Amino acid sequence: MERRTIFGGWLLPVAFVLPQLFVTIFFFLLPAGKAIYSSFTQTDAFGLHTRFIGLANFINLFADAGYRASFGRTAVFCALVTLLAMALALLLAVFADHEIRGRAIYRTLLIWPYAVAPAVSAVLWMFMMHPEVGILGRLLNRIGIPWNYSLNGIQALGLVIVAGAWTQVSYNFVFFLAGLQSIPASVIEAAHMDGARGFRRFRTIVMPLLMPTTFFLLIVNLVYAAFETFGTIMALTRGGPGEATETLVVKVYRDGVINLDLAGSSAQSVILMLIVIGLTAVQFRFLGRRTLS
Amino acid sequence: MHRRFDWPAHLVLLLGVGLFAFPVWLVFAGATQDPGAINRGDLSLIPDFSHLGIFLSVLLHGYGKNESQPVWHMLMISAGMALVIAIGKIVISVLSAYAVVFFRFPFRMTAFWTIFITLMLPVEVRIIPTYAVMADFRLINTFAGLTVPLLASATATLLFRQVYLAIPDELIEAARMDGAGPIRFLIDMLIPVSAANMAALFVILFVYGWNQYLWPLLVAADPRLDTIVIGIVQLVSGGHTLTPWNTMMAMAVLAILPPVVVVVAMQRWFVKGLTEVEK
Amino acid sequence: MASLELRGLTKSFGPLTVLHGVDLTLADGEMVVIVGASGCGKSTLLRLVAGLEQPSAGAVVLDGRDITQLDPAARDIAMVFQNYALYPHMSVFENMAYGLRIRRLPKAEIRNRVDHAAALLGIEGLLDRKPRALSGGQRQRVAMGRAIVREPKLFLFDEPLSNLDAKLRVQMRAEIRRLQRRLGVTSLYVTHDQVEAMTLGDRLVVMHEGRPVQVARPTEVFSRPADTYVAGFIGAPSMNFLPARLAQAGRAAALEVGPVIEFADAPRPGPEGRLLIIGIRPEHVTLLPAAEAARGLSLAVDLVEPLGSETLLHGRLPGGAALTVQLPGMVPVGDAVAVALPAASLHVFDAESGRRLDPAPATPPAWADAGEVAVRPE
Repeated sequence: MERRTIFGGWLLPVAFVLPQLFVTIFFFLLPAGKAIYSSFTQTDAFGLHTRFIGLANFINLFADAGYRASFGRTAVFCALVTLLAMALALLLAVFADHEIRGRAIYRTLLIWPYAVAPAVSAVLWMFMMHPEVGILGRLLNRIGIPWNYSLNGIQALGLVIVAGAWTQVSYNFVFFLAGLQSIPASVIEAAHMDGARGFRRFRTIVMPLLMPTTFFLLIVNLVYAAFETFGTIMALTRGGPGEATETLVVKVYRDGVINLDLAGSSAQSVILMLIVIGLTAVQFRFLGRRTLS
Repeated sequence: MHRRFDWPAHLVLLLGVGLFAFPVWLVFAGATQDPGAINRGDLSLIPDFSHLGIFLSVLLHGYGKNESQPVWHMLMISAGMALVIAIGKIVISVLSAYAVVFFRFPFRMTAFWTIFITLMLPVEVRIIPTYAVMADFRLINTFAGLTVPLLASATATLLFRQVYLAIPDELIEAARMDGAGPIRFLIDMLIPVSAANMAALFVILFVYGWNQYLWPLLVAADPRLDTIVIGIVQLVSGGHTLTPWNTMMAMAVLAILPPVVVVVAMQRWFVKGLTEVEK
Repeated sequence: MASLELRGLTKSFGPLTVLHGVDLTLADGEMVVIVGASGCGKSTLLRLVAGLEQPSAGAVVLDGRDITQLDPAARDIAMVFQNYALYPHMSVFENMAYGLRIRRLPKAEIRNRVDHAAALLGIEGLLDRKPRALSGGQRQRVAMGRAIVREPKLFLFDEPLSNLDAKLRVQMRAEIRRLQRRLGVTSLYVTHDQVEAMTLGDRLVVMHEGRPVQVARPTEVFSRPADTYVAGFIGAPSMNFLPARLAQAGRAAALEVGPVIEFADAPRPGPEGRLLIIGIRPEHVTLLPAAEAARGLSLAVDLVEPLGSETLLHGRLPGGAALTVQLPGMVPVGDAVAVALPAASLHVFDAESGRRLDPAPATPPAWADAGEVAVRPE
């Protein structure tokens, strides 16, 4: 935690931390503080009087069936995006870890999608799944499956889940592959000598050793799905049709930026903050020792 | 080779590669085709190389409507944003990690934890009040507004702090006996020693900056500050009946290309760096 | 080249005092080795001299100038670190040149000095390599080179050989000594290895719990250790210690295990029955032939270690006290042997203070009639 050797003086270090502190205080802490403040207050229609109303904003929020539905929808969305993105990445990583010809090329071809913005990946999926123009959307309609994600809420949710997961696979792939490669060859060889092979070896030896990576990715993917898929959803469905793809972050944006409901959206922001803090705390509780030690 | 051909591995990996390559190939092929044909659903997967000029025309003229910026302008804004954010975050984090690790000053740990807290406050959770603060600073619709508020980085600060903590005390003492003061030590020792970490972080942060969507959407409504990501999403989710499909597809390709080139070109540092940064 | 003087050097970290007022003077060109177990304060002492830490009290005087308050770089001192502390991103040449560049020496002069030092150390061919491409011994040389090019008044060595394997350590030890003699630079060398200490130092400082317990030439430290700590620390295998009492009006020691041994030199001061510790090095214990077993001590041997050039016996005396015996050559030994402790090889220490107890001076002062005092009924 602490170094033995340090330099003297305090002017230089203070000058060095100031830029970052400045940004942190004014663009992170101040807005967060304001959000917390307005989540406990109500401002009249003319913006003249502000009064403290305790937890009323939060009570209203959870009394609203729409918000509760959004909560449940977000949970399902996050769970499926995480499951899909991690399962696919693990499958690819396991095979990319094989000693096969051309594996460096395979790796590159599986890593580049990391660079694709969530919003732009949604655009790619739109081009594929558009009911009239998209090559797969048309195909579905032609073979007798009525496909139109701008009318069918279930289809819309399915599409944003797939597009959201697609973007995150590369990230997970990098970590799973690194995790697999850090398993000492001698452990695998020992398992071999013990007669464990195939899926059994994977389940009893590899998977347990991969648990820290898996757990870390679980948290990261949940945070990703809950927050960073905003662009994916906005580009594909803007939260619709109706509220079919309205996750918590999309709802904050709709209520706050579009419908200008300051108190309600502030309370929603505070809830989101608690979720991130909770997830970060879990992550550091189980994995952060290394980072902070 | 003595080894048997591992066909299951090749099959799974090829399917995986296809899953990611196919949409991009589709969009690339589509960009070179006749918009009417695409509209009729006759999208061919074989690009028409005689129509590669579409990329140039999109670059120079945007998508034709008056309010649209040419795509080269959007790319410049994106590149500017990505570079300023990547380099800015690295510089700011190097300086604060250096200060926290190598000095003792009043409220040192308070400063460190304050920076750490930003980890828990992504843009998404402070959408509304951030706009008000940005308006107070008159940063709405400015390039500074697009970049400066994103320059804090708990992750980068934590990474550099860890790298610096791992440097043996004796190296610092040797430098001190050689006569290196704090600034010299930073420039002659710390920066060269952590160059690989910086390269990795640069890739990650460049992609992060390039791929921003919510932030520019919030603070820069001015079309002259449209990034390529904002531009393409607006176009696609707005009135896509008016814009020729091949134009949109060409734009999508141009939006993907630069960050992909950065990731692939710096793959070696990126892969090693990513797993180090996040752990 | 210069003399170094430490005056009452004290260092405390909070309530913990790690150095209790160390006084030490190094003559011009002298090499003094500070030796002690880990935690004895020897490294702290070196760091105070280097200026890497500030003393709580006392002064460091180099060549008549008080440098206690000076920055490390301004002291004209160079240091060789335990893990070499080479700059990993710089070539060997740059590593050696770095300090000179900061001091803004002319390029040609830097080139000259580095080439000269490299030739001296036999690393001319490595100047373009990065440290990670060097072996341990080569890194060690570069670290020395970095100190040499500075042409300082004082060299500090902080356990510079402890990261090398045993064979290389012996070789580098000799090399450091030759180099130091040749350059004639005053040197302070810290180590926990007593063999290094014995072979390298003009003088030794044995440190224990923040105090120098003996400052003397290596041979004197070995033959006349100042207290039981030094006696046990210097010499391998360690000296044996046996509890005893002063007997025969100071002329003999009555060992707890039985025998009374008359001192070979002169009587020790103190009252009859004064508690003593008698030390004897394993190589000084002698084996008695079976015929003479009666006049010796019987040792129940529980371990025999044949080392080739000598044999070590570990065993217990009657009453349970442990005793180690070192015999020359390969000796076949039974389960029990008879040993003798030659009077001329005994070291006598006061049990209470642990200090060496020497015979009374020729003209005995205050305690002249101590023996009579002791026998007075109380």
